[in-house]
Amino acid sequence: MKRKTVEYGKYGYIFIAPFFLVFLLFQLYPLIYTFYLSFVEYRMKDGKWNTPKFCGFDNYMAMLTKTDFKTGQKVWFNTLPMNSIKNTLIIWIINFIPQILLALLLAAWFTDTVVKLKGQGAFKVLMFLPNIITASSIAVLFYNLFANQGPVTILLRNMHVIPEKYNFMESKTATIGIIAFMQFWMWYGNSMIILIAGILGINPSLYEAAMVDGASGKQQFFSITLPLLRPILEFSLVTSAIGGLQMYDIPSLFNVTNTGIGQPDRVSHTVTMQIREYASSSNPDYGKAAAISVILFIVTLIISLIFFVVTREKQPKQKHAVIR
Amino acid sequence: MAAKPEVGIDASYASKIRAKKIFRTVICVLLCIMSIFPFYIMIVNTTLSSDTIKHGIHLIPGNKLVSNFKGMLERTAGKGTTVWQAMWHSVIIAVPATILQVYFATLTAYGLTVYQFKLRNMAWSFIMAIMMIPAQVSIIGFMNLMIKINLYNTYWPLIIPAIAAPSTVYFMKQYMSSALSVEIIEAARIDGSGEFATFNKIALPLMKPAMATQAIFAFIASWNNLYTPTMMISDNRKYTLPMFITGLKSDSIRTDYGFVYVGLTLTVFPLLVVYFALSKYIIAGVALGGVKE
Repeated sequence: MKRKTVEYGKYGYIFIAPFFLVFLLFQLYPLIYTFYLSFVEYRMKDGKWNTPKFCGFDNYMAMLTKTDFKTGQKVWFNTLPMNSIKNTLIIWIINFIPQILLALLLAAWFTDTVVKLKGQGAFKVLMFLPNIITASSIAVLFYNLFANQGPVTILLRNMHVIPEKYNFMESKTATIGIIAFMQFWMWYGNSMIILIAGILGINPSLYEAAMVDGASGKQQFFSITLPLLRPILEFSLVTSAIGGLQMYDIPSLFNVTNTGIGQPDRVSHTVTMQIREYASSSNPDYGKAAAISVILFIVTLIISLIFFVVTREKQPKQKHAVIR
Repeated sequence: MAAKPEVGIDASYASKIRAKKIFRTVICVLLCIMSIFPFYIMIVNTTLSSDTIKHGIHLIPGNKLVSNFKGMLERTAGKGTTVWQAMWHSVIIAVPATILQVYFATLTAYGLTVYQFKLRNMAWSFIMAIMMIPAQVSIIGFMNLMIKINLYNTYWPLIIPAIAAPSTVYFMKQYMSSALSVEIIEAARIDGSGEFATFNKIALPLMKPAMATQAIFAFIASWNNLYTPTMMISDNRKYTLPMFITGLKSDSIRTDYGFVYVGLTLTVFPLLVVYFALSKYIIAGVALGGVKE
């Protein structure tokens, strides 16, 4: 039977039109506009907006370099915006590695057919729980628990786990660690459920054959599960990296000054917090805010491209996406 | 799944499996406790006085809930947005955003699945590609555009962009390829149904399960969003719930711990209720989004 779809073709355009119209107007145009602003001097000076004027790569140079006070020479990369990218990547890495390892371990346990765990449904529900709670609430909650007078701090002091005067909020390591922990705590359940679905999608006859050949549980995991899960692992790595680079809610409400600067000594100041600092301080500078946004875009793009190149060669039969 | 090794189980093998099972269950129970514990402390602290909270972790509730509740409402009143107003604002943003997002994502997926047209594959690849672009990178341009067209400090910039949600389109298209057959649509055409009527009356009902799942995710994402509202709303009478939470760290309330915990609990509680009611669908939705063969 011949399908009469050709004559209906125009409806295809009509049906996808709203999506593309809104995309062009509310996402693509703002993106191009951000690129434009990054080449423009556009800021508030002495309470007045200047007339936007083209300034070449000045904003980018301000992001990438600074002038050393003592020597008067240009220093590359050791600037506040570049450090905010570094901070973001550090927090992401120390949350992502334990997150994916625990998710993998739990996924292997939950799909183990020899050691069958009971109560899996309840475990999944509870482990996933932190993921749907408002991140702002979680950040303020953890702030209150770990603050100078917070119950956790007091308890640990009384137990002599930490010194009498110890304050989590004054320690760089502790602040970064707790932020990374919150991210880890919120996301390992999500990764775990995706990995479980991935493992369940692997052809069971492979495991049966391995069992007949006398492969142990560990051997099965490393020779069947892990190689076949690789594309899903890579994909969750990339989506997590892209999401992680945009990290805002948790660091911006955890250990910050009244003006939203990540403490102590800016180590918890992430890129998106930096964008906001430029855009909504008392002296907003849209040019610089746009320039750091473009740099963030390029970093994100490079990570996505690496992913596409890496996975294209060995594209397996599974297609996957992560809901965020 | 793989067959159970019924034959040749000796006692030591069986006890080894038992030991493993106990060990794994203990770890899982500990992780579950780790999930609930902070929320439990939070809820207990709503019933304690600030002085008591200062003396460490308490597991048994006290009797200060009512006074903390009143104190929180008093302390946050007159600061622009009360907690109830903030919740209402979040509702009037999240509900239309969710409806638009799910409806138009389904419409777009339908257009790409049912019709053959020249730019179809290109449009699909394009949607896949823009899934990778986070909204945060274009926020400065977006903010300036909204200032120019007088939509800054309104809720429109938080609602309208939901129409173009690539990941929802992706999910809908995946689901549609298995849930919707071209035969049904052709039958409807023969019966004289117009294209839009076919979509609204035949395709949409078939897509209900997928739409429900995506609606949950869309609603929660909009409800929890802090970054876009922070950039679009500066009027403190228009704050959304996550922005209200920011206020719980302000100097006027932060040292009254009992009040802060009441505020936090009010923001977390509705989500806990929704989650426990819908957890089955939420977990299944995450798994479905993760892998589709």
